[in-house]
Amino acid sequence: MNMIKNIYIPSPHIIIDIIKETEIESTYKFKIDKSTFKHPSYGQFYEVSLPMIGEAPISVSNFEDDYVDLTIRKVGTLTNAIHCLKKGDVVYLRGPYGNSFPVDLLTDRHLVIAAGGCGLSPVRSVINYFYKNIEKLSKFEVLMGFKTINDLLFKYDIEKWEQKFKSLITLDQSCELWQGKPVGLITDYVGQVDFSDKDNMSVIIVGPPIMIKFTAEKFIASGIKKENIIVSLERNMSCGVGKCGHCKIDSTYICCDGPIFTYDQAERLID
Amino acid sequence: MKKNITKEEFNKIFNLLSEYYNVYAPVKKKGDGAFSNTDIIYYEKVTNYDDIEWNEKSTYSPKDIIFPISQTIMNFTYDQVYVPDIKSIKPIYILMRPCDINGIKRLDEIFLRNGVEEDFYYKRLREKVFFALIECVDGFENCFCVSMNANKSSDWDFAISNNKHQSLISIEINEVKNSKIKNIFESLFSTNTTNNNSNNSNNSNNNDNFEIFYPEKNFKKVTLPNVEEMPSFIYTDSKLWDEYKERCIACGRCNTTCVTCSCFSTNDLHYDDNPNVGERRRVWASCHIPKFSLMAGGHDMRKDNASRMRFKTFHKIYDYKKRFGEEKNHMCVGCGRCDDNCPEYISFSTIINKLSARLISKEKI
Repeated sequence: MNMIKNIYIPSPHIIIDIIKETEIESTYKFKIDKSTFKHPSYGQFYEVSLPMIGEAPISVSNFEDDYVDLTIRKVGTLTNAIHCLKKGDVVYLRGPYGNSFPVDLLTDRHLVIAAGGCGLSPVRSVINYFYKNIEKLSKFEVLMGFKTINDLLFKYDIEKWEQKFKSLITLDQSCELWQGKPVGLITDYVGQVDFSDKDNMSVIIVGPPIMIKFTAEKFIASGIKKENIIVSLERNMSCGVGKCGHCKIDSTYICCDGPIFTYDQAERLID
Repeated sequence: MKKNITKEEFNKIFNLLSEYYNVYAPVKKKGDGAFSNTDIIYYEKVTNYDDIEWNEKSTYSPKDIIFPISQTIMNFTYDQVYVPDIKSIKPIYILMRPCDINGIKRLDEIFLRNGVEEDFYYKRLREKVFFALIECVDGFENCFCVSMNANKSSDWDFAISNNKHQSLISIEINEVKNSKIKNIFESLFSTNTTNNNSNNSNNSNNNDNFEIFYPEKNFKKVTLPNVEEMPSFIYTDSKLWDEYKERCIACGRCNTTCVTCSCFSTNDLHYDDNPNVGERRRVWASCHIPKFSLMAGGHDMRKDNASRMRFKTFHKIYDYKKRFGEEKNHMCVGCGRCDDNCPEYISFSTIINKLSARLISKEKI
């Protein structure tokens, strides 16, 4: 029989570092050999698995030539098991899958990124890319929303970002340590964005579906065209390669046609 | 090549075929149906004419031969990963009606052409499968294959008809397809003609000049929605979908009996006697059953049975064609098994007709 490529076979990767972000989220750093394993692009995901436990799609939260970061929230069977692992343990990956944020098309534009909660994870690589290449944008603003001070992700990155561009953090619930800082939903702070050059603005919104919807509406009301708003969607996925049907909406398969869509595409996707 | 043969000759062919192939055909299981004293018909390996249920529609489609209900895709032993091989599985002949042949073509589209790469597990089984046609003349109670343009297929190596001749079985060989099968039939037919040389007159009476028929009309007809883009109101239209909130009990029978339903989930497990040994399995998934669209963390995209019914309906008669192109047919082949098996007597053909009528009436307003 002629050889058929088996896309479902994952390859083992060693955890080289674990950064505890919050009580339930940690960033796992994996050593990646570019010559044998496909490197991700901005916003793509891997199918992450542990043999005999399960498999799930996880967004790449950052990558460099020799490593990939996956920020994983403890919410299910697999992610609970991953949270029991230590440095040096092995996790299986296959991918990367999905399309990616069109960073090249954003050159010279005024980019606004609005991220809610762990939605910051899939755009972190984009923010880091423009952190390093800030001259590629005419202006860069980042809005981040978290539930409480304990849910803040990537604090070490945010400290760096704040030096170079506007990085606004708002919390749903304030606390003593947060006094005098932004409180409320991201939508409350869309008004603070600089809308002086609307036609040259691009907006990336990532977060829970309800947050994406209302934040996008705010930006649209402020005069941003739907095709200039980019969102990243998440759905239940099993295969990641357009076969299992779980992530299908209408004629679109989120795993291979997405997860990144412009808002005019995304709003037509009715689950 | 066309030939009328006796049951004994048919069984001879079967014996020859069985040397090279596993032959699957619908088999009736007396008393094994869902309710007491009801039968069930599903695809099984057969070796004899009398094994086969020729007259009734099978309860289940033959899709599980290529896309098994549960399939081990990887074996794990400590840190080793093995892919189970299927070398020992013989090539397969499936005897099926035209709607099912067309249904398997729909599965091919999803598994072999959708997404970035071909599906390894589907492809390696699919490559072993050859089609034979069971002639279907009138269809059955809930069939609407004619409306779905799935009533005909020329994609078979041989076709079998029980309708041409009272005591004989008519067989047509598609000469251009599988040469091996042609040789098997030819070897039998040539010996047959020499044996029956003296009975030439008898042979001509058999009237080898027959045609294989296909259903030309069904009792049920559906009108397909004639829209390029579904208007957004139709997704939440309460007149259309609300009744299924309660009527549909999310048993998933329509999905499991459907020849074109191709969704699956991936499950891992370890064996009880050794937690370091286990497997990863692919199992059928049903879009009607809760958790199909549930994400870890509790976010569910379709929470009620009405929106699940809408999702399935659009997949079968709208968005599959939208994705794969106008020259393709809809996903649904009109086999009617969903209607045959629904315990709540929900009729899918009625849903299609209601949807189309609703689209037309709305357009008039």
